[in-house]
Amino acid sequence: MEVLNIFIKSAFIENLVLAYFLGMCSYLAVSKTVKTAVGLGLAVIFVLGITMPINWLISEYLLSETGLLGIDLTFLRFILFIAVIASMVQLVEMVVEKYSPALYNSLGIFLPLITVNCAILGGSLFMVSREYNFAESISFGLGGGFGWFLAIVAFAAIREKMRYSNVPPALRGLGIAFILTGLMGIAFMSLMGIDPMALSK
Amino acid sequence: MKDQILKFFKKIEPDKQKSPFMHTLYDGFFTFALVPNSVTKGKGVHLRDGMDLKRTMTMVVIALLACFLVGTYNIGHQHFLALGQYTGLMEGWHLKLVHGLIKLVPIYAVAMIVGLGIEFFYASKKGHGIEEGFLVSGALIPLIMPPDIPLWILAFSVVFAVIIGKEAFGGTGMNVLNVALLSRVFIFFAYPTFISGDEVWVSGLEKIDGIYQSVQYGWAHHLFDSIFGWFDAAKFGAGGVAVMDGFSGATPLGLAAKGGWEAVTQVYTSSDMFWGLIPGSIGETSKPFIILGALFLIGIGIASWRIMLSMVLGAAFAGILFNAWGATPFMQVPWYDHFIMGSFLFAMAFMATDPVTAASTSVGKLYYGFLIGMLGILIRVFNPAYPEGWMLAILLMNVFAPLIDHFVVQSNMNRRTKRAAKATAA
Repeated sequence: MEVLNIFIKSAFIENLVLAYFLGMCSYLAVSKTVKTAVGLGLAVIFVLGITMPINWLISEYLLSETGLLGIDLTFLRFILFIAVIASMVQLVEMVVEKYSPALYNSLGIFLPLITVNCAILGGSLFMVSREYNFAESISFGLGGGFGWFLAIVAFAAIREKMRYSNVPPALRGLGIAFILTGLMGIAFMSLMGIDPMALSK
Repeated sequence: MKDQILKFFKKIEPDKQKSPFMHTLYDGFFTFALVPNSVTKGKGVHLRDGMDLKRTMTMVVIALLACFLVGTYNIGHQHFLALGQYTGLMEGWHLKLVHGLIKLVPIYAVAMIVGLGIEFFYASKKGHGIEEGFLVSGALIPLIMPPDIPLWILAFSVVFAVIIGKEAFGGTGMNVLNVALLSRVFIFFAYPTFISGDEVWVSGLEKIDGIYQSVQYGWAHHLFDSIFGWFDAAKFGAGGVAVMDGFSGATPLGLAAKGGWEAVTQVYTSSDMFWGLIPGSIGETSKPFIILGALFLIGIGIASWRIMLSMVLGAAFAGILFNAWGATPFMQVPWYDHFIMGSFLFAMAFMATDPVTAASTSVGKLYYGFLIGMLGILIRVFNPAYPEGWMLAILLMNVFAPLIDHFVVQSNMNRRTKRAAKATAA
């Protein structure tokens, strides 16, 4: 139940993009068409879902004082998390290239770009500060990724539609994209304040 | 007669070169007063009617008229009900009507002046004719406000909604989110105490030392008092009257959140809720008149029956689901009673069906409405922070409407490609 709650919460209520505004760079850059947005969204779900449990294991058994080494190494958290994310992305890239060249080609540069997507690192750091356990960290990774996917796909669909809008010249491109993201954040606030845990009691 | 009117308008027409702003202003009112009456006759296949934006907008405003009338009367009725005076529906009707007008007219005027002012400014700035989009938004905004909303907050919210929500996206017909809802949601998040809670839905009351009493009436009430004096009719008096014992001002939804359906029926009867004699936003209360407006809009083909139907189905589905779960008193509220509480019908008839922000494919409309219905009940029942969910449910689905359309179109294309491939293969 707890695991399901965390999934719903991280996907809808505490959406990484629209509530925390994380991962904005690729969110804004790769949302011109729905097709590429779907590809990147799926890749983010995958990478978040894999790095989260690995980072959990690292911070629990390697970095913490109660871990295997017995020394407090938490100051290494950032660099290790980044290293894990980068290597995971490399791994995903190689696997995808080997087994599905078509998908690899359609994702193009966006796949390695996930390394610098701050939603991924942010997710891992949230996981540590919220003290999730192993199962919860998987759920949080997949849920957060799904929320990010949902946000970028909806955003891309609106941007496709907005190609026919007569936006004032000064706002065209990124300007209106930022305004739109803010308005989408307002719409997502509809779910804020729901506490799934309070209901299961 | 017609010629003379036209001649008069020709005479006062400002020069377009010398004063372009005055000309846009003139043009806007001219085309509004004298609607083009060219109607395409039954020849040709595409156009059967000269229905333009202006006529569409005017029709929606006509559909809202009944809500305005009942809403105005209900403002006064609730006010006197709280004071325990004139508790019968038609008792003191002139006082109730006038009190309602004193509340509603400034709200309407501010919404219109601010919104249309921005519209005029942009029209002259961008050099096109005045777009009539704000006619409807400006009529909807007063109807979804509590009667005592401070006018400066209202003005702010209209400025935000029209500039950020509409003009930034290119004006009428290009907004992503519903403008009227955006103005309400702005107040909801920026000035929450003025638009939620138990104290704002009945007008003209103030709390002194924890006890409600009616406010000291202002000059408008005194003016009408002196008019009533000529006819020997009942007067407002000075105000400052204490309210009835046991008055709380809570809306049915506020009560349902605390004690479920039983708590609601202790205070309001079902017929009161149906006919709209309950506290609430100005236009949302009276269900029969909203349904009348909705039928009118469906009849002339402006609002989509698909969205309305699927929204009812979605709300019913979520309601039945929660009835079966029944963990909190609010979940046990019978699903069919959700329809007469709060603003479900108003949102369904006038907000969700906004043709600009809704999904535009036929199949997409069904999904869109169904999801709004489900989400609205979900927010209403689940979310302790928000007593009512339709405004936010519709905004959320506004965001997803283009995506729904995208997938509907895509699946349609896939199906047809397959069919074509089959046809060529055979």
